[in-house]
Amino acid sequence: MNNSKYYQPEIETLSRQGIEQLQVDRLRKSIDQAKRSPFYSKQLAAIESAKINSVDDIRSLPFTTKADLRENYPFGLNAVDQSEIVRLHSSSGTTGNPTVICHSKHDIDCWANRLARCLYMVGLRNTDVFQNTSGYGMFTGGLGFQNAAEWLGALTVPAATGNSPRQIKFITDFGTTAIHAIPSYAIRLAEVFNQLGIEVKRDTKLTTLIIGAEPHTEQQRRKIEQMLSVKAYNCFGMSEMSGPGVAFECTEQSGLHIWEDSFLVEIIDPDTLEPVPDGQIGELVLTTLDREAMPLIRYRTRDLTRILTEPCPCGRTHRRIDRLKGRSDDMFIVKGVNIFPMQIEKILMQFKEVGTSYLITIETVGNNDEIIIEVELGDAFTDDYAQLQNLSREMTRALRDEILVTPKVKLVGNGTLPQSEGKAIRVVDKREK
Amino acid sequence: MATTITQISIFLENKIGSLNETMELISRAEIRIIAATVSDTSEYGILRLITTDNARAMELLRSERKNCAQSEVIALSCEATAASFYDRLKVLSADGVVIDYMYCFSIKERSFIILRVSDNDKAMVSIMRNGLKSLSESELTNL
Repeated sequence: MNNSKYYQPEIETLSRQGIEQLQVDRLRKSIDQAKRSPFYSKQLAAIESAKINSVDDIRSLPFTTKADLRENYPFGLNAVDQSEIVRLHSSSGTTGNPTVICHSKHDIDCWANRLARCLYMVGLRNTDVFQNTSGYGMFTGGLGFQNAAEWLGALTVPAATGNSPRQIKFITDFGTTAIHAIPSYAIRLAEVFNQLGIEVKRDTKLTTLIIGAEPHTEQQRRKIEQMLSVKAYNCFGMSEMSGPGVAFECTEQSGLHIWEDSFLVEIIDPDTLEPVPDGQIGELVLTTLDREAMPLIRYRTRDLTRILTEPCPCGRTHRRIDRLKGRSDDMFIVKGVNIFPMQIEKILMQFKEVGTSYLITIETVGNNDEIIIEVELGDAFTDDYAQLQNLSREMTRALRDEILVTPKVKLVGNGTLPQSEGKAIRVVDKREK
Repeated sequence: MATTITQISIFLENKIGSLNETMELISRAEIRIIAATVSDTSEYGILRLITTDNARAMELLRSERKNCAQSEVIALSCEATAASFYDRLKVLSADGVVIDYMYCFSIKERSFIILRVSDNDKAMVSIMRNGLKSLSESELTNL
């Protein structure tokens, strides 16, 4: 293994011009490759890849949506013969057909290499012990991280989900140095460590936590870091873009480098579909640049973020995106106002009295929609009613300033909100639809 | 002599079983409860306890990550008559001591008043100046 700060210095520090040239070359190939599939042979019939001369020329191509994947379920976007396909991943099909993503050997290797690059970026080496608490199976966080950590050469523990005391036994017995977990599960683990009387810093070798799959705020990350005495790094990915490792934080912990050798990045206004200026929040649109079995062109991710324009002190030239602001479909509308759960979390985490969990419920009371926010109290408990009531009031005021609707804040005891070992449920909409 | 004693406060959700659940937890400690009170608002309540081993009780509560805190209160004793009770409050009131809340229990002819005041120092000066006495934790434990 090299001694460099970078896993692939020639790619990670390529000049802007070099990246764009590589993207144009690869975009042409991706278009040609995509056109081998039944779906894109029609969708891109009028497009000639040779006419693509700059990355901005991508705007002449049509978007691809999740609905396209569903309507062409399961194999309508495959651009290679089935004999070339070695694996598929599928999302849960709670609303209609699931989405299926097929991978060739080349695709699996590119993905593993890309995510290994991410792990290397936050300090992991082949001497590390990496424990993956993701579900193995259709969820890409399982096999995706497994392959990547093996690609890097780390000792990889496929612990999978659940059974927190057993996870902790693995951590202490195998000398686990790094863990991948979704944020709500990282908090659960911290609580179980505490119950077992195990001090992470004193009794384990854990230093690094990789969190992703669930949107979370900076304050939530700092809380997790403090609870587990580790550095926590944000990982972004989605099954349509192979899985984790699309973008990842470096040790600066300030935005996620999106790997532009693999993805062409656009940020658009979800209403007008026009590009937004760098720095403004919009919907992330991605085009795969190195996928063989199932290229996706201008895929609308529904994830909201923005491009960070300043160069990163770490020296990598791949641009950074801001931590995800939630999904355009997580948004709920109350009294005509668009509200994202992340806005609420950001405010709640500014109060030191608040614990780690909260639940937003939207109900119809009479003719009005009401937002009820149950907030768990943390360890900094005051036994004074006046102070507790003041806390509710202050929270209500700060929330109203942020979301422009007055919510009803309800304080609840630590650990009383439903806990899941999967993704945390933050919003329950009880309105009649 | 004037001294304060420690009480434990525990956050209770306004739902069936939350007091029960908390008491089950505390029952695991081999301690006695000297005094207890529950007060509530429309949304939640606070259970307040004085026990023979607060440290042990707090340890158990914290191990289950219950929202709990300790605070200093004052214990006075008087005869178990309304007149004697009034005598105690009268002197505090005359000295401008503000009472946030109180609870009380009686053993035969004696009553014991637990007071949470907004200024403990002021209350203790008043108690000493009027020749009264507040009870220590060991005195309460040995009642």
